Amino acid sequence: MEEGEYEISRRSVLVSSAVTATLAAAGVSEAQPLPKALAPADHKVSFVVNGKGQAFSLDPRITLLDALREHLHLTGTKKGCDHGQCGACTVIVNGERINSCLSLALQHEGDEVTTIEGLGTPEKLHPMQAAFVKHDGYQCGYCTPGQICSAVAVLDEIKRGVPSHVQAELTRAPTPTNAELRERMSGNICRCGAYSNIAEAMADVAEARV
Amino acid sequence: MRLFTYERAKTPAEAARAVAGQPGAKFLAGGTNLIDLMKLEIETPTHLVDVQDLKLDRIEQTGEGGLKIGALVSNTALASDARVRRDYGVLARAIVAGASGQLRNKATTAGNLLQRTRCPYFYDTNMPCNKRKPGSGCAAIAGYSRQLAVIGASDQCIATHPGDMAVALRVLDATVETVNAAGEPRAIPIADFHRLPGATPHIDTNLAPGELITAVTLPRPLGGRHVYEKVRDRASYAFALVSVAAVIQWDGTGRVAFGGVAHKPWRIEAAEAAMPQGAAAVTTSLFADAKPTHDNAFKVPLATRTLAAVIAEGNAA
Amino acid sequence: MKFDTPAGANPTDRMQVLGKPLDRYEARLKTTGTATYAYEYKDVAPNAAYGYILGAAIAKGRITAIDTTLTEAAPGVIGVVTYRNAGKPGVGKFYVQKMLAAPEVDHYHQPVAVVVAETFEQARAASALIRVDYARTDGRYDLAAQKGSAPVPPQGEFGGPNEKRVGDFEPAFAAAAVKVDETYTVPDQAHAMMEPHATIAKWDGERVTCWTSIQQMNWGTRDLGLILGIPKANVRLISPFIGGGFGGKGTVQMDLALAAISARVVGRPVKIALQRPIMFNTTIHRPKTIQRVMLGAGRDGRLTAIGHESWSGNLPGGRTEPTVASTRTFYAGPNRLTRMRLATLDLAEGNAMRAPGEAPGLMALEIAMDELAEKLGMDPVQLRVVNDTQVDPEDPSKPFSTRPFIQCLREGAEQFGWDRRNAKPGQVREGRWLIGMGMAGAIRAGKIAKSGARARLDGKGIITIEADMTDIGTGSYTVVQQTAAEMMGVAPDSIVVKLGDSTFPETPGSGGQQGAPSVTAGVYAACVKLREAVAQRLGFNSAEVDFSDGRVKSGNRSVPLADAAKGGDLLVEDVMEFDKLKDQFQQQTFGAHFAEVAVDAYTGVVRVRRALAVCAAGRILNAKTARSQVIGGITMGIGAALMEEMAIDQRFGFFVNHDLAGYEVPVHADVPHLDAFFIDEVDPTISPVKAKGVGELGLTGVAPAIANAIYNATGVRVREYPITLDKHLEGLPAIA
Repeated sequence: MEEGEYEISRRSVLVSSAVTATLAAAGVSEAQPLPKALAPADHKVSFVVNGKGQAFSLDPRITLLDALREHLHLTGTKKGCDHGQCGACTVIVNGERINSCLSLALQHEGDEVTTIEGLGTPEKLHPMQAAFVKHDGYQCGYCTPGQICSAVAVLDEIKRGVPSHVQAELTRAPTPTNAELRERMSGNICRCGAYSNIAEAMADVAEARV
Repeated sequence: MRLFTYERAKTPAEAARAVAGQPGAKFLAGGTNLIDLMKLEIETPTHLVDVQDLKLDRIEQTGEGGLKIGALVSNTALASDARVRRDYGVLARAIVAGASGQLRNKATTAGNLLQRTRCPYFYDTNMPCNKRKPGSGCAAIAGYSRQLAVIGASDQCIATHPGDMAVALRVLDATVETVNAAGEPRAIPIADFHRLPGATPHIDTNLAPGELITAVTLPRPLGGRHVYEKVRDRASYAFALVSVAAVIQWDGTGRVAFGGVAHKPWRIEAAEAAMPQGAAAVTTSLFADAKPTHDNAFKVPLATRTLAAVIAEGNAA
Repeated sequence: MKFDTPAGANPTDRMQVLGKPLDRYEARLKTTGTATYAYEYKDVAPNAAYGYILGAAIAKGRITAIDTTLTEAAPGVIGVVTYRNAGKPGVGKFYVQKMLAAPEVDHYHQPVAVVVAETFEQARAASALIRVDYARTDGRYDLAAQKGSAPVPPQGEFGGPNEKRVGDFEPAFAAAAVKVDETYTVPDQAHAMMEPHATIAKWDGERVTCWTSIQQMNWGTRDLGLILGIPKANVRLISPFIGGGFGGKGTVQMDLALAAISARVVGRPVKIALQRPIMFNTTIHRPKTIQRVMLGAGRDGRLTAIGHESWSGNLPGGRTEPTVASTRTFYAGPNRLTRMRLATLDLAEGNAMRAPGEAPGLMALEIAMDELAEKLGMDPVQLRVVNDTQVDPEDPSKPFSTRPFIQCLREGAEQFGWDRRNAKPGQVREGRWLIGMGMAGAIRAGKIAKSGARARLDGKGIITIEADMTDIGTGSYTVVQQTAAEMMGVAPDSIVVKLGDSTFPETPGSGGQQGAPSVTAGVYAACVKLREAVAQRLGFNSAEVDFSDGRVKSGNRSVPLADAAKGGDLLVEDVMEFDKLKDQFQQQTFGAHFAEVAVDAYTGVVRVRRALAVCAAGRILNAKTARSQVIGGITMGIGAALMEEMAIDQRFGFFVNHDLAGYEVPVHADVPHLDAFFIDEVDPTISPVKAKGVGELGLTGVAPAIANAIYNATGVRVREYPITLDKHLEGLPAIA
């Protein structure tokens, strides 16, 4: 379709929906063949996942999330939205939690990645996992690995003095109050609504640490 | 997501050259916005220059008593810095009001400045959008525009700059430092960094193609009370309906910029003279040219009321 | 086993395992990332290809041309599925939506094509290369505009008659001493479960096996059979873990239909997860309702006239949102009119979302009750107390099986500190915050349906229960485990529970909060049979046998249960069937919700500070998971009250905010510590286990309690959900 045809159709769509019109995708650019030169020249990258070195040859488009799920079959890390809007894909990279869906695998050369599988196992739960069990901090379980990775990282962030939106005094060291935990966990959506229980599970673990 | 080639640059100039020399090339820093947009083919770079090895991740004192923030300092690191928390509270507050902990760990200072609008029509490639596809029209103006701009917009675009950090930087009169492919540095006042949409809404900033942000510089601390007040429907992890960044001195004078209302952080220095007279006196001139839509008309009184809250809290303290 | 007389004493009354706050059966899997969800099976179909859906770019019209040349030539592409090669997909029985635009486009983001490729990245990239030309036609997207011409539709399979009268409503309302007549709107809402709909489909000759995410196996096999044009018996569905559903995965959605169709077209297993940005316009949602509530009462607060008229819209043939359901049974009153009208809209299908009907219906009715209480000068709790009824108000010959609603109200009021509420709105202020308290009643049908189960005892004393029940986060595994342990007198760890496989005995699955009562009744039946088989094998007289402590006892004789399986496993299967008690009793669950909010006097921002529910749902099978269900409902109710709305673009005809950044659901920061308590009761008319569901009850009544609290804080009545700050900003105190 010509550019001009689209323009007419768009106007007709905007002005009057009664007009029968053709409408193509109004994307950035029209469809075009993928250049052959750019066929997935496998890119090499290595990083450590749960203490184990992993070397990949990857399509450059693969996210850290899909590298974990589809290549290493570490499916504990979940894909909830694939756009950084839910937190289900949270993993800990070099000690900091991130959304693995918004990170290309290639960006992680040499990094140390910890996923839910690296925190604990059914036989040997991490204290945070055990606290989630005790307080029923999950229902369907889909957001749970992300919540737990985030929860572990949040307690560490509080310990390191990373500030938050609800801190009254920016220059004081934060403490794991209910308001602090809830604000810091807000990047992890739970549609089943286990939030109240998750905050209590985290408080248990935070208290045990002190 | 279209296929692309990928490289990691070693120096800022090398990175700038790599991008300037190849049409369709883009810098990749944290990636939290770019990768999102690439998945939807709103951004379709053919080549990515990963800048994470450029060693631009330090915060240093400047000779003038300010701070130089490396372009790759993460949002978390910037908000956590003791000097920022002590002397530039509005900046730390703005950063932690934005996104989520996970995103702030990955998002960088430069990337935050360059994040693109969250207008839902920009995000839906079936819809006309002059920002995404110049000349295709703006579906937002007569559409669902509750989140969108009330001032400084054009008949081509009513998108907002979605960020919080830039609103604080605007109040602090920060400077954006860049380097181009020829290795030439440039300093852009934050006021001139973001553009209004006008007839070219697809151009968000005044950066030249291939120009790389290397740092953001803050002038000497202003003292005073630093506030960032963000209004949104849900309590966290949401973009602002309206936000106020303010530095208010003990005599009631001060500076103020608004987020969530325009294509760039909205500040008019001349309006600030009215600060001691109260919020309405300031916003009357700040929003004199506002042209809200039916959906977002509430933002204008909301801006006044939010500033009033900020001023009142200071008086109470 | 047939359940036709109210249950007497039985082993479930022991409550040694049942009712206890056991940790979830699957706890260690879900918290370690080792519970496997639909998209995550790797060994069942190692060669599965990736499907990626292209959604329609228009809301209404036709595809005039599709050019897939570039797509088919793109790297890794195995095939492209469109209406041209998909066969003629049928339509299931519950949803009316069509799985593919063929070539008519019924709604925005209706699937137009599936690109199947070797990798996800290749499928996604290639989907953008499809060229589709559309002929766009006029659509109807605005319920308010269609309201005037919307008919009262014929009665459908669910939701009862669309118009019902008792007494003489109009004159009674006209004559009432005190009246409320207001219109409320509840917007289109999204289930927004965290796991996107996902399926791996694999064909073996004429039979298809799908690892999927679906709430109701029996509907799923039926509907997929209809869609694919194959016998239901040739469909096997496997869903042991489901990442949330809330009704959105009731039966076959596009992922399942299109994975199966694509796998058939390309001759290879295919896996598909719906992309989050298309989910909102592609699949079902809770449709918007406009509701007029008319309440007439005497000065004593007794309702004399109750009217509730409701409008919703749907695709042609779609269901009416049954908002008036609760109004029909909730309060006493001799003169009643309930009526529902249905417009045709060209938006994605409206269908069941958690407490369909009751949740949005009470969002209107329970604000109206608050308005009536204020006009009467009566406490809102007391108004509900005086209008309580122990018989079906439409049919007084039908008593409620149990109805401790007044107890819910009184206990809730006391626990919450309701007496501290200032009845006059806009009076309580703490700094910049206006503080308000509100409450609402809750009612939701206590449904139950025919349910089967299989039980096997092995020589180690392990009992394995199988049923096609699903666990969508509700705790099904755990309550099945507890029921079986209680029935057989063994420790919970002697029970193995297998759910989520359509080859297991049929249950109604997860929906309409009937899952837990139904499946546990089926397990009861199977366990009764197993007890008989055990007694017989061991030579006991089954009438006098006691099963406890892992032993079978009668008189002086006591034998380990496991001994019964020494000569080989004992395997039994039974089905619990229900009939006339449902018609003899009005079986409902009840609750009272209380909330305290703070409203920023400057910005109008609303934050919930406290919320509490007291619920009555028969026997509570697991105190921990039932409480979680209710607080989860409160959380969703906070979303409904404060932020959730799919905004419609009336020109293009679609939900604009179609991702999880645009469609806001509550985050941690929105939700304070929540409390939920249960009335200690059993309902012997529902099943031998005497339990009703709580999952949907937890949501009903929450949003209006919050709405009423906001009004109490501000004095500004908002009747249009969600109650965002812009709707009351003008009425807030003037700023200095």
